[in-house]
Amino acid sequence: MKSSAAEAVQLLEKMMLIRAYEEHLASLQASGHFPMTCSPQGQEASAVGVVSALDADDTILTNHRSAGHLLARGADPGRVMAEVMGKATGYCKGKSGSLHISAKELGVVLTSTIVGGELSMVTGVALAKKMLAEAGVVVCFFGDGAACEGIFHESLNLASVWQLPILYVCENNQWQAFVRRKETMAVEYIAPWGNSYAMANQTVNGNDVLAVQAATRHAVAHIKATGTPYLLETWTYRQRGHYSGDNMAHISASEQAPWLVLDPIAQCRQQLTADGTLTPALLADIETRVAAEIARASEFAHASPYPAAAELLTDVYA
Amino acid sequence: MSEMTLNAAVGQALREEMQRDSTVMMFGEGVALSRADLLTEFGADRIRNTPLSEAIIAGTAVGAAASGLRPVIDMLYAPFLTYAMDAIVNSAGKLRYISGGQFAFPLVVLAQTGAGWGVGAQHTHNIEAWFAHSPGLKVVMPSNAADAKGLMKAAIRDNNPVIMLLDMSLGYNPGEVSDDPDYVVPLGRAHVARAGRHVTLVSYAKTTLTCLQAAEALGQEDIDVEVIDLRSIKPLDIGTVLQSVRKTGHLVVVHEAGPLCGVGAEVLAQVNEQAFSQLKSAPARITSPDVPTPSSYALEQAFLPQVAHVVAAVQKQLGRQTVATASVAM
Ligand SMILES: Cc1ncc(C[n+]2csc(CCOP(=O)(O)OP(=O)(O)O)c2C)c(N)n1
Repeated sequence: MKSSAAEAVQLLEKMMLIRAYEEHLASLQASGHFPMTCSPQGQEASAVGVVSALDADDTILTNHRSAGHLLARGADPGRVMAEVMGKATGYCKGKSGSLHISAKELGVVLTSTIVGGELSMVTGVALAKKMLAEAGVVVCFFGDGAACEGIFHESLNLASVWQLPILYVCENNQWQAFVRRKETMAVEYIAPWGNSYAMANQTVNGNDVLAVQAATRHAVAHIKATGTPYLLETWTYRQRGHYSGDNMAHISASEQAPWLVLDPIAQCRQQLTADGTLTPALLADIETRVAAEIARASEFAHASPYPAAAELLTDVYA
Repeated sequence: MSEMTLNAAVGQALREEMQRDSTVMMFGEGVALSRADLLTEFGADRIRNTPLSEAIIAGTAVGAAASGLRPVIDMLYAPFLTYAMDAIVNSAGKLRYISGGQFAFPLVVLAQTGAGWGVGAQHTHNIEAWFAHSPGLKVVMPSNAADAKGLMKAAIRDNNPVIMLLDMSLGYNPGEVSDDPDYVVPLGRAHVARAGRHVTLVSYAKTTLTCLQAAEALGQEDIDVEVIDLRSIKPLDIGTVLQSVRKTGHLVVVHEAGPLCGVGAEVLAQVNEQAFSQLKSAPARITSPDVPTPSSYALEQAFLPQVAHVVAAVQKQLGRQTVATASVAM
């Protein structure tokens, strides 16, 4: 197998891991006693495409819909799940829960569930990188809703003026909690908003993992060559409700249907099967590995202890 | 009277006030879905979805309130109010005064609060004292459906900015609610939720129920507890508190917000200033500790004031033996 084909299969496997993780959580949530989460199902290509194009010294900021970003970055699904469950073995010792998981050891820092929180902090993270002459770029994931916050515009303007090494990644999934994006924006695309701040930008098909990866490589090269930030918009769709308790009664089947046809994993599988890269045997191998990984993760998370009550008072101050 | 949940009572108050006064309107992130019934009845002009933009939601409400409308804005969870602080605190709270009284700001800011849902510190933070500390604002926090309706109606009719914080855990609690379209609970009036002679418990919102349960338990020991539900944080009805403390000589204030510079600190200060000689024991507070709300269920329960903590505090004041577990150290 050619190296590019082998890499494409790895991307597929990562996306399948994220999907399997999300499906496992959804089944636990449906059965009752499992905490809520904001699922990135349907957006796997955006997460895997971007993160696979990064280096170890790049830093990531993300938001409430972060499971894909974390797992794409190599987070242990067991520790992510443990955090969601409020267990002591989670990345944040159970103090975050699902909504603001940071994993500094992976370069995933300062996760905030205040919409736009990541946009307010990313400029400082990038400024430090620049002033301390550290390698790498800073990637900031946020949603189309966050782009409607004033802080988005303040962040882009400052990053452009100060020439900060930031890759802004707007995951435009067509929804902002319970409001359609179309209802809150007079235009379709967010990328061109970068023009107002003299920031290079592009909208990419966010359900095509190879296209996202290529666009990210291009953007990172631009940042490194010019020292200026870049705004990348991944055009995608949130397949589940805003959070696990959302029954999606307000979303019509006719809206969802075309997006389900464009499912990033199904499309990737079709492509790789058509060009002969993905054989049934290889697919079966991947499915087995992914299922085992999720089973192990779930076992680990469920077996993990809750934090001791004394932990309530720790970590408030340094 | 009709029985309904607290959430339904708030909805009814909005509906009645929108029927009564065509300048009353509501906007916020997703209100077209969360208030679908009001959208149907009053149309998209008066029930408006907004972009995800708290600063401009609040700023727009302030401008509209000064210009002839009576907006109600839904800010979802209390921590999201931080983006809206400038408009609420610096504009709505101060522009009447610094303009020499030229403008009024009849607006209501609605937000949810209260731990117990495992959603963590950026969704759960009791910040009522922040607003109480800001001149020009009023703050209410109901504990039951009837008060929620009456306070919401009073808030809409008031010519000042009112922050109404609703504890999520109370939303589905049913209660008897007046059908009178002019039923209001005046802002700044506390309610004696249970009359008693021996000890005064002062609280508001969810922990009022904690106090009522503690009073029930203490009743078994022949301790007759008075429970005062403040309902309004600002204006603060200190008169009702003083009257009770002068009778009982003992005071415990209970709230979910942290202790430092909180409502309990203010109540204790005013009682010390005005009724010191009538106190028979040192007034006390039961609050959450001064930490962000943890997500983990185990830690979140340890964070919340519990009935046992209140019972123990009262027993201590009366010099009774304490059987309950100690409260979390602060
Ligand atoms: C400041 C703030 N306002 C509101 C919310 C509630 N909220 C959480 S996620 C969300 C929608 C975010 O939409 P978007 O940025 O498009 O991201 P998506 O959820 O679609 O990934 C909202 C309204 C919040 N967490 N923070």
